[in-house]
Amino acid sequence: MRTINVSVNGKPYSHEVEPRMLLTHYLREVIGLTGTHMGCETSLCGACTIEMDGKAVKSCTIFAVQADGASILTVEGLAAADGKLHPIQEAYWNEHALQCGFCTPGMIMITKQILERNPNPSEHEIREGLDGNLCRCTGYQHIVNAVKAAAKATV
Amino acid sequence: MATTVTKLEKLVGKRVRRREDPRLITGTAMYVEDVKLPDLHHAAIFRSPHGAANIRSIDVSKALALPGVVAVYTGKDILGVGSVVCAADLPGLRKPVHHILAQDRVYFVGHAVAVVIAKDRYIAADGADLIEVDWAPTQAVTDPEKALAAGAPAVHPEWPDNTAFVFDQKGGDYAAAAASAEVVLRQRIISQRLVPNAMETRGVVADWKAADRSLTVWTSTQIPHLARSILAGQLGLDENRVRVIAPEVGGGFGSKLNVYPEEALMGFVSMKLNKPVKWIESRRENFQTTIHGRGHVDYLEIAANRDGTILGLKLKLIQDLGAYHQLLTPAIPTLSVLMMPGLYKFRNIEAQVIGVFTNAVPTDAYRGAGRPEATHGIERMVDILAAELKMDPAELRYKNFAGKDDFPFLTATGLTYDSGDYAATLDVALEKIDYKGLRKEQAKARAEGRYMGIGISTYGELCAFGPSPATPAGGWESATVKVEPSGKVTVMTGCSPHGQGQETSFAQIAADELGVPIDDILVLHGDTAIVQYGIGTFGSRNTAVGGAALHYALQDIRDKAKKFGAKMLDADAETVILEDGHCTDPKTGNSVTFQQIAAAAYRGNIIPTGSEPGLVATRFWEPSNFAYPYGAHIIVSEVDPETGQITIKRYMAVDDIGNIINPLLVDGQLHGGVAQGLGQALWEHGVYDDNGQLVTGEFMDYTMPRARMMPWVESAHTITPSPVNPLGAKGVGEAGTIGSTPAMVNSVVDALSPLGVRHIDMPMTSEKIWKLIHGSKA
Repeated sequence: MRTINVSVNGKPYSHEVEPRMLLTHYLREVIGLTGTHMGCETSLCGACTIEMDGKAVKSCTIFAVQADGASILTVEGLAAADGKLHPIQEAYWNEHALQCGFCTPGMIMITKQILERNPNPSEHEIREGLDGNLCRCTGYQHIVNAVKAAAKATV
Repeated sequence: MATTVTKLEKLVGKRVRRREDPRLITGTAMYVEDVKLPDLHHAAIFRSPHGAANIRSIDVSKALALPGVVAVYTGKDILGVGSVVCAADLPGLRKPVHHILAQDRVYFVGHAVAVVIAKDRYIAADGADLIEVDWAPTQAVTDPEKALAAGAPAVHPEWPDNTAFVFDQKGGDYAAAAASAEVVLRQRIISQRLVPNAMETRGVVADWKAADRSLTVWTSTQIPHLARSILAGQLGLDENRVRVIAPEVGGGFGSKLNVYPEEALMGFVSMKLNKPVKWIESRRENFQTTIHGRGHVDYLEIAANRDGTILGLKLKLIQDLGAYHQLLTPAIPTLSVLMMPGLYKFRNIEAQVIGVFTNAVPTDAYRGAGRPEATHGIERMVDILAAELKMDPAELRYKNFAGKDDFPFLTATGLTYDSGDYAATLDVALEKIDYKGLRKEQAKARAEGRYMGIGISTYGELCAFGPSPATPAGGWESATVKVEPSGKVTVMTGCSPHGQGQETSFAQIAADELGVPIDDILVLHGDTAIVQYGIGTFGSRNTAVGGAALHYALQDIRDKAKKFGAKMLDADAETVILEDGHCTDPKTGNSVTFQQIAAAAYRGNIIPTGSEPGLVATRFWEPSNFAYPYGAHIIVSEVDPETGQITIKRYMAVDDIGNIINPLLVDGQLHGGVAQGLGQALWEHGVYDDNGQLVTGEFMDYTMPRARMMPWVESAHTITPSPVNPLGAKGVGEAGTIGSTPAMVNSVVDALSPLGVRHIDMPMTSEKIWKLIHGSKA
């Protein structure tokens, strides 16, 4: 067992974890933030996408011990303390960018990264940016619309 | 006293954003994996690495010795549990017994052999790794045509011909039609195995309470009530003491229209240990053990005259069933037979389905379930005929469509299509995409040596399942409308939506009927302890069947509310008007609000004659027919001969799905359906090798459509309401999947037709296209 110290959504945590524990499982089962989903365990679907030290990462292929000292943001940390939704969340809602919702936390987190790197992406750039995240429900068209709408809202 | 009534905005037909979304975009929704219970145990399943093998012995001692492992169960432990249920039946159907854990033999890679229970999920997985089986592998067979050949390995030794059933259907006289036809064309067409791949894998939590003799099961399912009935039977429990909860369900596409071995297995384990237990399917398990779709080899023959009149269609359908029947496995290809005439009026069909056992996971309903294969067959054959006759494929379709005055239209397979105007829908699609202009552009492209294709698919489907006599477990749907004393309205639907958005669209319907704000309405589903018995969500049935049940329950509420309103106004219940949330006496102009009526109905001190307190209505609605959406999808593509890469230049979808409750949801359903249909046409393929290994068993090997691979889908609608249900809705859940696949293949075949290409089997990978182009030059 190893002790790790992480900040998740602005709150400090300290836990003893098995070295093999995946970061997704740490967030979901130790901290109790179940918004981050495990879709494939192989970093191919992106449902587990979170932000670690400002970069979008797939938490299913990172060990919790590798996150020691890191600052993590999950989908639960996006809305304001008063419940006001983040503009990306609003955009996903307005544009009907989700159906079953399972990929959505990862999609929202990758959208944040896409827009931070490129505040005004073209449709092509949006589709390239979403390439690491699978959605089986929407055909992506409404997700593309949501990223565009979020870009407008946050620019 | 006369009241001024504010007109409420009608919501049906509006793009209302979803009421489900706040929990989903904030990460607070609860899927099965999110269920936590005190003293929760975890299960890991040891599965067969072989496609076919006898089990000489199983040694679980090392697993049991691992600290933290609580129990291990194998096939001998579960003999008291009922086997996996197949609800479908056909004359002479062979049904192998499908135990929830393998007995002395395994039949496909992933076949469950043992289950390990631990307090920790990692230790459960460690324990599964320590199980040792002495295997005696035998030769597997995974190709259905090879399985039919003489001397093929027998999947089930008791049936050496690997044939589960042979199903024949005839309409008219195909042989006579073919004999008289000027043209008879044949084509072998494959609809390959597909992996549904809902983003949430399956998962089960079972919690047995011995003192109450009650079992609660959270499972990622599309059919909670049917799952409850089946589980109660398998486990020998009273049905009313089994509670099945479908919490947030992360996609299904038919793959969760099933009851799998793991549901009863977790119930069994929880009952054995008297502890709650959780099993979450890994993605690899999902590939290997959750049903696959399609799996057809179709031999088609079309008979026609040189003027383009289609006389008949003959089909020999070889269905890869896999090793067992899941809930509906053998029924799926019979749907392909029913839909084989598509939208066309020819009268002669002849079909034979041969259901074949293979050493593979069972096939079953995957989005479209039998109708995409049928549509692909007829729409490919129509294009092949057009090429032979050198007719424009649109013109050939117009010539053969059932006419708008032919409805209700009796098809060659005995279905009665409800309503439509097929030519008008194709008109819209051709006009919107500028078909004439595109053909000119294509001629220019060809002159420049470019491979541009235009593919049309005019699909029809049967959905809104369905009349009960045509379904194995009831085709009706239920709804309860419960008006609370405050006037807030709770709707309980027997449908079990998992992304389709009925928490929103059903609230729109209820808001309009009752004249209450949509925020006053809550739609509940997916919990057998809360919701009256229902059938569930599949076959594009939520709106057209579940919505109809809701409609009638709302009429009952309206009738009763009017009685109370009239009593309160001292007016006549026959003449009062219930509108915009007020009950008004037209004689006096006096009115009471819906909320006042609700309060009075529960207060109970004035009760209209012949009525009773409370304001609750439940309706079970049985449809008299399926509904038949249809449409025209057109794809413009270009093929790069250097790389074999296919680029979709334009995608036009004009669908007629009857009346539309929420266009935003309809767009979402259509886009998602198109993605899955294009996935089949271009990329996806569940491939087993000859040893029974699933070689496309991960997202690394199985190509899923990603954002950069999808075209922009342009869409429009024509509307011919369905006369089958009071909403006039037909269903949209599967339309995109059914319409898109043949349009894509027709487009690429059209692009490559200068090379003499007549047909391409799916998936049309770049490699396959490159070989086709360069092979044809060689």
